Amino acid sequence: MTATTTQPTLLRRALSLPQAKIGLTLTTVVVAVAVLGPWVGPWLTGHDTTGFAGKPFQSGGIAGTDGLGRDVLTRFLAGGLTLLVYAVLATALGLVLGALLGMLAGYSGGWLDSLIMRGSDVLLSFPQLVFALLAIAMIGPEGWLLVLVIGITHAPRVARVARQSTVAVKDADFIRAARMYAMPRRRILLREVLPNITGPLMVELGLRLTYSIGYVASLSFLGLGIQPPTADWGLMINENRIALVVEPWGVLLPVLAIAVLTVGTNLITDSLASAAAGTSKSGEPHPAKEASA
Amino acid sequence: MFRLILRRLAISVAVLWLVTLLVFVATLLLPGDPARAILGQQATPERIAALNDQLGLDAPVWQRYLDWLGGVFTGDLGTSAASQGPVTELLGGRIGASLVLLVGAAVISTAGGLALGTWSALRRGRAVDHTVSGLSLVVAALPEFVIGVALIVVLSTTVLPLFPSVTLAPPGEPVWSQPIQLVLPILTLTLVVTPYITRMMRATMSEVLDSGYVEMARLKGLPERVVITRHAVPHAIGPVAQVIAIQLAWLAGGVVVVEFLFRYPGIGQALIDAVNNRDVEVVQAITLLIAGVYIVVNLIADIVGIMTNPKLRAEVAR
Repeated sequence: MTATTTQPTLLRRALSLPQAKIGLTLTTVVVAVAVLGPWVGPWLTGHDTTGFAGKPFQSGGIAGTDGLGRDVLTRFLAGGLTLLVYAVLATALGLVLGALLGMLAGYSGGWLDSLIMRGSDVLLSFPQLVFALLAIAMIGPEGWLLVLVIGITHAPRVARVARQSTVAVKDADFIRAARMYAMPRRRILLREVLPNITGPLMVELGLRLTYSIGYVASLSFLGLGIQPPTADWGLMINENRIALVVEPWGVLLPVLAIAVLTVGTNLITDSLASAAAGTSKSGEPHPAKEASA
Repeated sequence: MFRLILRRLAISVAVLWLVTLLVFVATLLLPGDPARAILGQQATPERIAALNDQLGLDAPVWQRYLDWLGGVFTGDLGTSAASQGPVTELLGGRIGASLVLLVGAAVISTAGGLALGTWSALRRGRAVDHTVSGLSLVVAALPEFVIGVALIVVLSTTVLPLFPSVTLAPPGEPVWSQPIQLVLPILTLTLVVTPYITRMMRATMSEVLDSGYVEMARLKGLPERVVITRHAVPHAIGPVAQVIAIQLAWLAGGVVVVEFLFRYPGIGQALIDAVNNRDVEVVQAITLLIAGVYIVVNLIADIVGIMTNPKLRAEVAR
């Protein structure tokens, strides 16, 4: 198998599975709402996200107003973009960092391998959310810190997968050939090893994206992520849950959006895992939550 | 095998030590001067120096680390800046409350996951199997606060107002004096981890059911019930035990969000309060505690793995 044929067939195999189609549809719908919402919202409702649209808990409009008299629908439409951007950035950071460290550890072996993997063990001994809370307690709920901390805690989990896959291919003939013509290690890793471990890495991408969305939303829900008065789904759920009976939309809309989004990305991940495992049946286990710990 | 286990134990101790280092170093990131923060802008340099001396802040970093670590070992976790009381006192009752949630969720999700996984494997390819697999895939994707809020919407407010959504323990009385308020927090945690156990059990059980010894047991005319309980399940549980332990370790972190959501008076909520108040010593104590639980449960998982699966022996030794 060479690099040019592996990736398209894996993707195509994954996308032909039913759960991939459902997952892709769900994800696309929520992403469209999140990306277009901030512009469509004010135009649709005539309100902005922080301004007062009426008295508290007014039921006019489509979803009424929240406890501060702000229009719930406008805030819902505006509230997904930051979450999505943070989650994507954190996933990208974790994937790149983890893949590089894992490949380096697996390919080099020896003390470098031990150093990287023991370092990962330390990070792996905190639940990700607790590690994020430790950092936020010291520095404060900054956006860059959320991305950094979630990305860094993803890295050792990705690194384990990357390392294992690298060890499996590092003595293949084409890599021994590359070593023989003294190709530098950096080039071997990026040109020879990386294209051959894209399968497991794509599964990791999906898995980490699902978790990133959950972590960013959870931290905002805890009041320690995205800060008011920004409209954000996680934060909205916390702000409006006291008034659940009076004005349910302020909680239901963001809860539904987050649920549909994470279910969507998880279905895509499952299809990738099934395709990578060479089976098409659903229900095969893909890496369990924190399975690498 | 004992050497392997000892080695794994040594690694855990080393990791735990590195964790204490990390938790301590994190406090050095705190911006500003703690003494000035306590005394305010008008404080004279003499008073700041005196307070630094009293707090031990003028000692070198390594000495402060050793003092703190010594305190951890002797059960002195420092003073809470918010409550002005000892951290141990603050955490004492809360640890028990959190344990109730953890143990409750652990027992229910383990039993439920094993049963669902087995049932699903026995009816492979049928409607039950597809429903269980599909549902577990969906629930596994949801963040715990989404599950919790959904449960509140359905079981506490609108459709069936059965259970309280907020824990209101009278002061001085343990939370379990009113078991009904434990239902939703435990149910949330259970739903978070059960899908993983179910999926793993289904996969292992399917494999075991296709094996020669199960076929043999059937061929010699044993009743199906005996085939399942005596021959199939014991072989499937070994590999699943590790996944269960990993999920239980994960609960130690998941409890934070769930306690905040239900205003449950455990260590998770104390952690959120401490982060909000920048109550450093409480944050240190709780993160260390959670990391400790996490490391110990993972250690047990690996030891179970070593003892039940000969193939794992080489891998864990690495």
